[in-house]
Amino acid sequence: MPTTPKEFTENFEQLKPLMDANMAYYESSRCLFCYDAPCIKACPTSIDIPLFIKQINTENLTGAAKTIYSSNFFGHTCGKVCPTEVLCEGACVYNEQGVKPIEIGRLQSHATTAAIKNSKQLFKKSESNNHKVAVVGAGPSGLSCACELSLLGYEVDIFETNSKPGGLALNGTAPYKITNDEVIEEIDYLQDQFGFNVVYNKRIDTSREFKNLEEKYDAIFLGIGLGKTNIPSTEGTDLENCIGATEFIEDFKMNPLQVKVGKKVVVIGGGNTAMDAASECARIGADVTLIYRRSKEEMGAYEFEYDLIKSVGAKAIFNANLKEIRGGFLVEELLCIRTQSKNGKLEELENSEFSVPCDFLILATGQEKQTDILEIPLLEYDSKGRIKIDSKTMQCSNGKYFAGGDAVNGGAEVVNACAEGKQAAQGIDSFLKNKEI
Amino acid sequence: MADLTANLAGIISPNPFWLASAPPTNSGYQVMKAFDAGWGGAVWKTLGVPVINVSSRYGAVNYRDSRIMGFNNIELITDRPLTDNLKEIEEVKKYFPDHSVIASLMVQTKEEWHQIIKDVENAGADGIELNFGCPHGMCERGMGSAVGQEPAVLQTITEWAKEAATVPVIVKLTPNITDITEPARAAAAGGADAISLINTIQSIVNVDLDTFAPNPQVDGKSTHGGYCGPAVKPIALNMVKSCAQDENVGIPISGIGGIESWRDATEHMLLGASNVQVCTAAMHYGFGIVREMISGLEQYMDDKGFNKLDDLIGKSVPKVESWEHLNLNYKVIAEIDEKKCIGCQLCYIACEDGAHQAISLSKIEGVRVPQIIDENCVGCNLCSLVCPVEDCITMVESKNNKGHESWSDYMDSGKAPENFDDDRAGGKNHWVPKPSDALKDKKESR
Ligand SMILES: Cc1cc2nc3c(=O)[nH]c(=O)nc-3n(C[C@H](O)[C@H](O)[C@H](O)COP(=O)(O)OP(=O)(O)OC[C@H]3O[C@@H](n4cnc5c(N)ncnc54)[C@H](O)[C@@H]3O)c2cc1C
Ligand SMILES: Cc1cc2nc3c(=O)[nH]c(=O)nc-3n(C[C@H](O)[C@H](O)[C@H](O)COP(=O)(O)O)c2cc1C
Ligand code: SF4
Ligand code: SF4
Ligand code: SF4
Repeated sequence: MPTTPKEFTENFEQLKPLMDANMAYYESSRCLFCYDAPCIKACPTSIDIPLFIKQINTENLTGAAKTIYSSNFFGHTCGKVCPTEVLCEGACVYNEQGVKPIEIGRLQSHATTAAIKNSKQLFKKSESNNHKVAVVGAGPSGLSCACELSLLGYEVDIFETNSKPGGLALNGTAPYKITNDEVIEEIDYLQDQFGFNVVYNKRIDTSREFKNLEEKYDAIFLGIGLGKTNIPSTEGTDLENCIGATEFIEDFKMNPLQVKVGKKVVVIGGGNTAMDAASECARIGADVTLIYRRSKEEMGAYEFEYDLIKSVGAKAIFNANLKEIRGGFLVEELLCIRTQSKNGKLEELENSEFSVPCDFLILATGQEKQTDILEIPLLEYDSKGRIKIDSKTMQCSNGKYFAGGDAVNGGAEVVNACAEGKQAAQGIDSFLKNKEI
Repeated sequence: MADLTANLAGIISPNPFWLASAPPTNSGYQVMKAFDAGWGGAVWKTLGVPVINVSSRYGAVNYRDSRIMGFNNIELITDRPLTDNLKEIEEVKKYFPDHSVIASLMVQTKEEWHQIIKDVENAGADGIELNFGCPHGMCERGMGSAVGQEPAVLQTITEWAKEAATVPVIVKLTPNITDITEPARAAAAGGADAISLINTIQSIVNVDLDTFAPNPQVDGKSTHGGYCGPAVKPIALNMVKSCAQDENVGIPISGIGGIESWRDATEHMLLGASNVQVCTAAMHYGFGIVREMISGLEQYMDDKGFNKLDDLIGKSVPKVESWEHLNLNYKVIAEIDEKKCIGCQLCYIACEDGAHQAISLSKIEGVRVPQIIDENCVGCNLCSLVCPVEDCITMVESKNNKGHESWSDYMDSGKAPENFDDDRAGGKNHWVPKPSDALKDKKESR
């Protein structure tokens, strides 16, 4: 188990380390500058990838950063945490030739690093238009919305439950993808440039508080993300050594050297969060077993994320359900049962129980939608608990509200939250401008 | 933010990036699309009596995995009727009144010049470019580079054009000539308002080793073409500089040749071009590349504190001197950054076989970082040019108190060598190994 910052850094070596000038030059030279480039289409924020790569290649790093930030305010974070394998890099035309695709994510972070380190002022804000907007949640969606609104001349106040900004980009993303410092540095850089205001330790969830905001602000953006882990009803999940995956990861990210896990960790789930939890435990020295109720092919996690947990020695058991948590004050053993899929339905196989030793149980069984706790009149949710919006303007059924990010898409990536936050800002802008006319 | 407004002899455009007269400016459709993408001006594909082109027209030189380092063509001027072109020029100007449309022209008689100049001016052209540069097909008919290579003829035709033109006249020069300032001076003497250069360079890009015919092939045969693209930039830059330095030229320059990025464009302007024209890069990547050019130039100007193009145009002209005025007492020595070195030893073998035996290899087993032998290094730059690692080999000034002395000073003060075995020879005391040392290792192993 790593006990010093140095050991920690070694165990959590960056998957996409920053490039130096040489690497960036060679890699950028390879880009073909495709017309109607598929990489741009595959990026949820539609960054003009060939343009910024050419700008890197011609030593116009500031121009490259500007190209990136004008589409995506989390250009640096996204370069490091985006699942590029299924986004831009997965779409790069080089794949068709069997040649390694351009390392778009790393080039992207290369350009943004230079801008952040040199505090480059890339944008000029429009003159104040005397409109005020409140943003609830300082995650990627809320911050992106705030940046775009500030750029357009709005005064923006963000209200955030936590004492730190970033949402799950800070509390969720794996430490081997990005360091906490990097996330915070990018947000500081944005705040310096755009000058929005953040009120920390301020949760907004009662009708009175929302009413207050409605009176003081012309529009309100909800970037509240998802809630706690959806804990299954199995008895024993309240034991001390059983924890939800998002809660574990947040704990771990905030106190990497203090958090203790057991020797035999079991992670239940098959999504990307399960993979992250498994990988993180394995990297601090635990024996990790992943248990997923369906087959490997049916996992929600990306293939490269599963490859990653295998590479750090985690084992996986597929087609197994958790039946019973055994132990006294603490979880000691899990009773599982084999399953099989029949016509899309999962059934348990009789007499196939088996036990798995476990002294630390992580449940990566999805995050709750926390929308029901928001007491906002006329706000509608879809059947899956996602806030309903107009897909063009991101406006909610209650017209004063706009929303984006995990709370709307049900849980996607940082880059989606960025795209939706920015889109909502533009929706707010045209809504308020139309109202004036 | 820097102001990119460009002014070439009174022709104002929103930025200095023009498309050169070539296939990208073949039609109103293309020019409109280009203006929409951000180009500041376009020189229309050369107008004249329409031609008939061959099929298979272009060839290219690839460098390793990079396509089209050099590009060559055997196309002629426009093959579309004049009326169609004029109509389209008029339409483009209606949509884009602030962008520059220049009509490139190539005809024969004085009457034809006068007539076609009136026609294009009526269509709304902001300027006229006389194509005295096409190096194939047209010159055999007494036009194009046939004119550009005869300063007297060039001057006469320029005068004809000036008689008829009310808009600025630009003379486009061919590089297929010994001294570019001769036609440039003739253009100025003929009254031209500006010159543009370079047109393409006569070339054969490669030969098909199976059919024995060079490329591009037309039914098994080929002909020499005109060379352009990134490979020709150094030739263009030198010619632009020569015209910018020549007092008898003295008119604005539109720089053309090998421009693919903002850096290439900026180099042209630093050496004296008031704006630039681009052909091959637009043919390779489409009109979208102009965004990179605009963004890069703007950023550069902001970084350097230049507010307008005039702040940078010609800034490098005084930095180019004739050789005899360079300081012979200035000395640089190569220095290897051991931390950056990846041990390819390309610097070693380049210096050993191709220069001055001033780099040695380490005798320690496993150490691959070479060492510079300071006394032998003449400061030629070769190693720093072959080194694949950015900033790994730097050329560091070796200070002395000898002051500034050039070849012409040497001549004046009698320090210049005069006979074959002169003691004043520059390399007189420079150490060279014995010829037989070259085979030393072989002998030992025998
Ligand atoms: C474990 C894990 C790993 C992940 N790894 C990656 C990855 O590698 N790459 C990637 O692209 N994506 C990853 N994601 C997904 C990504 O983090 C989210 O999609 C993204 O952060 C969503 O942004 P958001 O702004 O919508 O919500 P969040 O990031 O959840 O931000 C919401 C913010 O709102 C605050 N808030 C909530 N309710 C209130 C309220 N009522 N009042 C005030 N403040 C409130 C919260 O405290 C939080 O700061 C991961 C997610 C998890 C859980
Ligand atoms: C296919 C092709 C056709 C051209 N046709 C013309 C022409 O009609 N008139 C002209 O003045 N120059 C013509 N040129 C020359 C270009 O305008 C330009 O001077 C030259 O290509 C150098 O610029 P570049 O290196 O950016 O390509 C042509 C070039 C090419 C490649
Ligand atoms: S698809 Fe690949 S090669 Fe083409 S522009 Fe995008 S990164 Fe460059
Ligand atoms: S580039 Fe277009 S016109 Fe030329 S050969 Fe290919 S398809 Fe034909
Ligand atoms: S060329 Fe550069 S990298 Fe290669 S050995 Fe010489 S100094 Fe080292």
